[in-house]
Amino acid sequence: MIAHAIFFYIFSFIAVISAIMVTVSKNTVHSVFFLILDFISISCLFIMIGAEFLGMIMLIVYVGAVAVLFLFVVMMLNVAHQKNTFFKSTHGSRHIPIGLLVSLIIFFELVIVVGGWKYKPDLINSISLKISEVSNTHSIGYVLYTDYIHLFQLSGMILLVAMIGAIILTYRKREGLKRQSYFSQISREKSDGVNLVDVEKNKGVKIDV
Amino acid sequence: MQDYFIILASEIYKILFLLIPVLVTVAMIVWLDRRVWAFVQKRRGPNVVGPFGLLQSLADALKYIFKEIIIPASSNKVIFILAPIVTMTLALIAWAVIPFSDEFVLADINVGILYIFAVSSLGVYGIIMGGWASNSKYPFLGSIRSAAQMVSYEVSIGVIIINVLLCVGSLNLSDIVLAQEKIWFVIPLFPMFVIFFISALAETNRPPFDLPEAEAELVAGYQTEYSGMMYAMFWLGEYANILLMCALGSILFLGGWLSPINMYPFNIVPSPLWLILKILFLFILFALVKAIVPRYRYDQLMKLGWKIFLPFSLIWVVLTAGYLMYFDLLPTV
Repeated sequence: MIAHAIFFYIFSFIAVISAIMVTVSKNTVHSVFFLILDFISISCLFIMIGAEFLGMIMLIVYVGAVAVLFLFVVMMLNVAHQKNTFFKSTHGSRHIPIGLLVSLIIFFELVIVVGGWKYKPDLINSISLKISEVSNTHSIGYVLYTDYIHLFQLSGMILLVAMIGAIILTYRKREGLKRQSYFSQISREKSDGVNLVDVEKNKGVKIDV
Repeated sequence: MQDYFIILASEIYKILFLLIPVLVTVAMIVWLDRRVWAFVQKRRGPNVVGPFGLLQSLADALKYIFKEIIIPASSNKVIFILAPIVTMTLALIAWAVIPFSDEFVLADINVGILYIFAVSSLGVYGIIMGGWASNSKYPFLGSIRSAAQMVSYEVSIGVIIINVLLCVGSLNLSDIVLAQEKIWFVIPLFPMFVIFFISALAETNRPPFDLPEAEAELVAGYQTEYSGMMYAMFWLGEYANILLMCALGSILFLGGWLSPINMYPFNIVPSPLWLILKILFLFILFALVKAIVPRYRYDQLMKLGWKIFLPFSLIWVVLTAGYLMYFDLLPTV
């Protein structure tokens, strides 16, 4: 039990410190690396409370895919040398009130969620959740495609719309682009490309392409 | 308090018992890779140091240890040093869940396959960190290429794993092996095995998909600025990852530690040996591919991953699920 507590405090300490470092560090790429550290320690916390499926999915989706794309964008935009002037500037930033407002709203939402779960444990009433002694992968499988199928489909649709929107916003058709077509390459016959001609002496030959 | 130390000591003993053979095998497998490569091209390969040149890798390792580590002045020093460490660590920690027989497994966790998938998807960070921290053009280009390549091929590997999991009904690696007692999954899921093999080549940056380190265009990609032991760590991590992918392939499709036929001369062979033989078989295939196939162009690589492998393996998921559902073969929990 002591070992459990020690590990919990180590991981949560790393999580909090790296979350602070994300906003404080001066180099944007360093911020993303601290964000990755934060994700990893949070997934360790998930695993410690027995939610090993969520922890692994967190690692695969956030660290393995989302954060790679973050890093990709940050490196490509060449903002690595942009200095974070938050702690140096003499005049206040105009973004701080909005940020405070957003974090206040998120805080109250968290209070509501935690309160609902703590003081009314049977808030979510599902027949499929009654099964105990199954691993949490199985129990997620039981409810995700039965009780929550509509929410699941809805979130899938939202992601699809966001993806199509991003593609449409950034797509531009370029003229004069040469594309390789494997099909036309393979279906080329000898008669299409090779033409045998008899050349008369001192006359040359005209080939129309 | 006494108990804690006994548990700790026995766990450390088990970890060393697993890691030291893996590291020695990685050194030997480099020799095997070079030998196979040489034999395909009618050369001899490394054959001077020790019997059959077996100690060549040790000689190389000694050379790397005594070489000077050069850290470029304009590099980002902390991340530059962290990158090979991350690569090496991630390549080794994934071995914790590989089952060598029904009782010889370091950590028999419920979500073993997800753990391996997560660790192999973290492997891209070593390369990105190394490429970015070097603060130089070629490494940066190499790491950008590699990030795109590894993220793309992970998707198709994930879908292939779903195919296998549909037939097993568990995320535990031992369960996956035991589900193949009647028939190895390579037979019903043969197209998936082929796609898994090719995706594993791309995931580990092996030829013909070695664009991150394409020596003709990018010198050595993300490794250009590295020297001495740090370069050797990248190199060891890369080969440990290749071995891991071979182990994953043999667990998912070739029946892991199970013998091919459950009959007298086969089932007296100790089961870890079967897994090792299967890993070696897949590794020799990897080495042969390196020797006989030319490098892909970058757009062809992306086209293969996203436009051919992903739709094909998705369709195969639907087919597998439909078949299992129709004939009522879905595994019970």
